[in-house]
Amino acid sequence: MSDVLAQLVAAVLTIMSASTPLLLAATGELVTEKSGVLNLGLEGMMLVGAVVGFATAVTSGNPWLGVGAGVLAGACMSLIFAVLVLQFLANQVATGLALAIFGTGLSALMGAKYVGHAVTALPHLRLPILSELPVVGTILFGQDPLIYVSFLILAATSWFLHRSHAGLVLRAVGESHDAAHAIGYRVIFVRYLATLYGGAMSGLAGAYMSLAYSPSWSEGMTAGRGWIALALVVFATWRPARLLLGAYLFGAITILQLYIQGWGWPLPSQFLTMLPYLATIVVLVLISANRAKVRLNAPACLGKPFGASG
Amino acid sequence: MRIRLEPRGQQSALWAYGSPVLAVILTLIVAAVIFALLGKNPGHSLYTYFIAPLVNATARPELLVKATPLVLIGVGLSLGFRANVWNIGAEGQYTLGAIAGGGLALWLHDSESHLLLPAMVIAGVLGGMAWAAIPALLRTRFNANEILTSLMLTYVAQQLLIYLVVGPWKDPEGYGFPQSRLFQEAATLPILVPGTRIHLGVLFALLAVGLGWLVLSKSAIGFQLKVIGLAPRAARYAGFKEPRLIWLSLLLGGGLAGLAGLIEVASTVGQLTTQISPGYGFTAIIVAFLGRLNPVGVLFAGLILALSYLGGEVAQIELAMPSAVTGIFQGILLFFLLACDLLILYRVKIEWREAVGARP
Repeated sequence: MSDVLAQLVAAVLTIMSASTPLLLAATGELVTEKSGVLNLGLEGMMLVGAVVGFATAVTSGNPWLGVGAGVLAGACMSLIFAVLVLQFLANQVATGLALAIFGTGLSALMGAKYVGHAVTALPHLRLPILSELPVVGTILFGQDPLIYVSFLILAATSWFLHRSHAGLVLRAVGESHDAAHAIGYRVIFVRYLATLYGGAMSGLAGAYMSLAYSPSWSEGMTAGRGWIALALVVFATWRPARLLLGAYLFGAITILQLYIQGWGWPLPSQFLTMLPYLATIVVLVLISANRAKVRLNAPACLGKPFGASG
Repeated sequence: MRIRLEPRGQQSALWAYGSPVLAVILTLIVAAVIFALLGKNPGHSLYTYFIAPLVNATARPELLVKATPLVLIGVGLSLGFRANVWNIGAEGQYTLGAIAGGGLALWLHDSESHLLLPAMVIAGVLGGMAWAAIPALLRTRFNANEILTSLMLTYVAQQLLIYLVVGPWKDPEGYGFPQSRLFQEAATLPILVPGTRIHLGVLFALLAVGLGWLVLSKSAIGFQLKVIGLAPRAARYAGFKEPRLIWLSLLLGGGLAGLAGLIEVASTVGQLTTQISPGYGFTAIIVAFLGRLNPVGVLFAGLILALSYLGGEVAQIELAMPSAVTGIFQGILLFFLLACDLLILYRVKIEWREAVGARP
């Protein structure tokens, strides 16, 4: 009995850890998209965040410094994107793809000498008494702090978007940049901030992977999570609360795959590795098929450049 | 001083062609800086990376070999991108083409028939098309974004390939390496120029450029693709059927990517392994943009990006530089290209002092 329970607790812990990078990256992208900017380069930003975070943690010996560096690196990557699409009015889809390709190459170059290195992982929370409670103790009070931070970020983001004035401005910019501009809001400035926030969150997601989830660095270690996070934003129909559901669903699928392998089912491991990608397609189809719902919730100016005016 | 963008009112023909050239020059400048940062002599590195492969007589034919898959895929993608159909899963369609065509060769591994190769080519094209048909169906029937579905299918295709070469298709005499048996001669593309690796596939690429150009500039379909990309509402008003054009774009792109995959495994690779592409399907996206989404431009762009792969290999050996540098250059090239494209639609005005009566 207690054996099964212990296994269950372990499963919940790994699922939470696997879901956190998806949740973080998707939360950031949601804000970016709400402002009308479609940044497809999440994968590249996550990878650079992961490698910079890892390298910083290895050289400084402090994983928290690594997390900070990862956030900064992600923001820097998104700044390249922002300048190109906001200042140079470049095609957002193409620029996002360029960012993904560039980030993959850059992270591989920067990380070449860190492959196989060990790092001090983020410490887990240890609260007196609370963390030692049976079952719920480790789940609620004994994980790495970034998991709790990811919930806080999601809640804060949700509050910001739907309960604050600044969030209202951001959404207005995403719905109709011409109207927002006419009222006097600084469309480009708002989009810069929203894009940088998205980059910072992707960087954080990457740093989480290399400092808490894995914790190690290997080339292309995000394995498509940046793209899955993009799909999650559609899945959530641009509503933060539903991101939580999506991220944990995909985290569970990722972990389920490992468990099935452990149970010794005769299914080749490659087919299990396909699962999250196939699930992304299925989920995307289920949500998108309801055209009205997607059109109602998608920011109306998503992906459209705001003309050069002065 | 302030910098102002002034709409030209029409596209600048000069900058449509000048922008890629400027982007390449800027990329070379940044490349020199990156070399310096890596502690290498920039001049010597640039020479090794970008000039040496052109000067060396044995390396030059390799340029055509490397450009072949890039051009094939790039032509297909450029037609689709024109219609705003963002098929970014060409890498997966390439893989499926290799699996379908290569699988046929493995299945008939003791056939010496002259019909085997044509059958493999057809299988490769169909394999790529089938993989691209999935995002086409999901987009037209269920409104699912083809960017994400085609990309997800790339990961699926890679896993499928790994499964096949470590599982049922593994070479029984391969000492456990993840690879199939080598293709027999009848399943290998003939060499066109003796002493080089220039194979029949190079002709396929040239043919694709010619046909792509014909379709785009001379056919009604090409016209519809262009209109739907530039003015979707006008296209709908004119009665162009959007789903049909989406299907067409994806099937064309997928078929050519599948062909590229088959050609690659039936020539330079010579078997199915887990390493059949250094990311050709993704690089071809850059090729398509650098070539101005025009098949003839794609040919030149393919050669330039092929040089980046070749230079990367030389630099890896001679300068001990990681191969990842290639990806960085490719990304930077696309960044610069997208930025320079601003010049096609806008004039950049630098005003040294505030003009009288300037807008606030």
